[in-house]
Amino acid sequence: MEPITTHTGIGVPLKASNVDTDQIIPAVFLKRITKTGFDDALFYAWRKNPDFVLNQEPYRHGSVLVAGPDFGTGSSREHAVWALKDYGFRVVISSRFADIFYGNAAKQGLLAAKVAQPDVELIFKELETEPGTEITVDLESRTVICGTVETTFSIDNYTRWRLMEGLDDISLTLRQEEAISTYEATRPGFKPTTLPART
Amino acid sequence: MAENMADKPLTLAEKVWRDHIVVRGEEKDGERSPDLLYIDLHLVHEVTSPQAFEGLRLAGRSVRRPDLTIATEDHNTPTLEIDKPIADPVSRKQVQTLRTNAEEFGIRLHSLGDANQGIVHVVGPQLGLTQPGMTVVCGDSHTSTHGAFGSLAMGIGTSEVEHVLATQTLPLKPFKTMAITVNGTLKPGVSAKDIILAVIAKIGTGGGQGYVLEYRGSAIEQLSMEARMTICNMSIEAGARAGMVAPDETTFNYVQGRPHAPAGEDWDAAVEYWRSLRTDEGAQFDAEVILDADELEPFVTWGTNPGQGVSLSDAVPDPATFDDPVDRESAERALQYMDLAPGTPMKDIRVDTVFLGSCTNARLEDLRAAAEIIRGREKDPDVRMIVVPGSAKVRLDAEAEGLDQVFKDFGAEWRFAGCSMCLGMNPDQLAPGERCASTSNRNFEGRQGKGGRTHLVSPVVAAATAIRGTLSAPSDVLQPQAA
Ligand code: SF4
Repeated sequence: MEPITTHTGIGVPLKASNVDTDQIIPAVFLKRITKTGFDDALFYAWRKNPDFVLNQEPYRHGSVLVAGPDFGTGSSREHAVWALKDYGFRVVISSRFADIFYGNAAKQGLLAAKVAQPDVELIFKELETEPGTEITVDLESRTVICGTVETTFSIDNYTRWRLMEGLDDISLTLRQEEAISTYEATRPGFKPTTLPART
Repeated sequence: MAENMADKPLTLAEKVWRDHIVVRGEEKDGERSPDLLYIDLHLVHEVTSPQAFEGLRLAGRSVRRPDLTIATEDHNTPTLEIDKPIADPVSRKQVQTLRTNAEEFGIRLHSLGDANQGIVHVVGPQLGLTQPGMTVVCGDSHTSTHGAFGSLAMGIGTSEVEHVLATQTLPLKPFKTMAITVNGTLKPGVSAKDIILAVIAKIGTGGGQGYVLEYRGSAIEQLSMEARMTICNMSIEAGARAGMVAPDETTFNYVQGRPHAPAGEDWDAAVEYWRSLRTDEGAQFDAEVILDADELEPFVTWGTNPGQGVSLSDAVPDPATFDDPVDRESAERALQYMDLAPGTPMKDIRVDTVFLGSCTNARLEDLRAAAEIIRGREKDPDVRMIVVPGSAKVRLDAEAEGLDQVFKDFGAEWRFAGCSMCLGMNPDQLAPGERCASTSNRNFEGRQGKGGRTHLVSPVVAAATAIRGTLSAPSDVLQPQAA
């Protein structure tokens, strides 16, 4: 996983709330069995509309998505994060993220930056008056700069540290092998097992 | 949650959490890193697992506990002609990939044609693998279903699936807790689905964010296990991480005797532990919502998220009356997509299709309840009705009771088990513009097929709707009103 400390790129205003993961990537693309190559699937239905923001210059080259509240609701599909990353997004800004999406993003090195709604509105304004404005997001100082708008975003320390170090989960956990084995030794005997199968 | 748990009274969720901590998170800069929790049961299906297995293979890792893991084929499986190869090459490939992975990693798999194949959230409880006080995960958001047993059950993403496969643990941050207290008694024709739709309409699709919900109160205590599963299933639709119901006699009776239920001394030890899994007197929830079951009516959605719902006797709301600009905009957009005009009585809305299925409402009781309404009545000739049992076993049990014949006599299609039209990954889809009364859990744009329009309803409302052709309450068909 690539570490991320600071990122600068074109901001893309997606002025919709409740952007659910079915909109980010429709279920039909879940049939793939690979982990990459989902850039064409991102916002698949919306991208058929020529007026959709990603169909316009200079937004189509954006890497910082700015969306309304409750981004990433609905299905837990991690493909939503893969699609955003494959398209080229490194950062999503919203005032509120669905929990599962937020967790998925952190694990894939996509920065989900929580910015207060009034500031999101200011960023929207900035991006619309000056299309192509670059947004700089800095994890060190937890700041977002977009033209004249300067604000902060919230992120928990743990996610921030992991993003900055580019650490993957499994190797972190495998350091706890002893603790896991100790726990397993104390699990009550009545807990079910799937094997041998009983039907 | 999960802090100073030693002395203070705890909620149900906190107790289950406490009992699964492998490594406690560390306090740093006024913030706690995640706790490492042990996972008792990992459910796997074909859609969210291929990349997880690919990840294991790439890193040269194995599955730590195949004996705590079980897989079934559900999302892509056809509901007709299941003996033929899956027609869609991509669906076929996903299912085939699961079979190869299960074989390679030694995981138990219930394939198409097997009596225990079906929607993963129907299969776990049916086998008795879902039990009180467990941690249950699955790469599927509706894993919250299993919380009906008083387990902490969460949907996870594919990289977490890989993590659980490799380590049988998950680093998780403590959640906040919310009590959803539902007191009173439901009126006839009102069901668990109406409770949860009303809860979501009340707190909104983001209202549960960051919370584990505990459903409690006299109305919940009166519900069957299957009804409790319906409610917990849709916790995720309120944005919650999980939903739970404290285990009680109803729970124990449901679990007892199932293939993987504890037996003999184990059963006694288990029940003793399970009885301790109740929210302590004086335990603090971070939030509480109270609902009166007596006041509930059959509920139906009018919009494109599960929070956009009203009582069936109400009308399509006027977005102009919404105070919050975000809600207003979202309502306007929804009405445009749903092709509905404000003020239209919900009961005047004609549907093309009725879908009785999904992990929300395709268990035996759901099929029974719907069959009870349609028995001896006639389907509106212009409505197609598809009945998809939640699992192959539900299908067999229903057939043993003759429910299949009731549906067939009515003119409904009696299908094989799977997710089917809940998300239309198989050929069961809505055509563009088609309107559906659906017992599933999501009415998102295009969820049931591109351009399809979904109204979420309970099984009995679905049945009544199939009779009248317009969204209808059971009372509309049981006591026909004078014209
Ligand atoms: S029935 Fe629907 S909601 Fe349930 S697991 Fe299948 S696709 Fe998901």
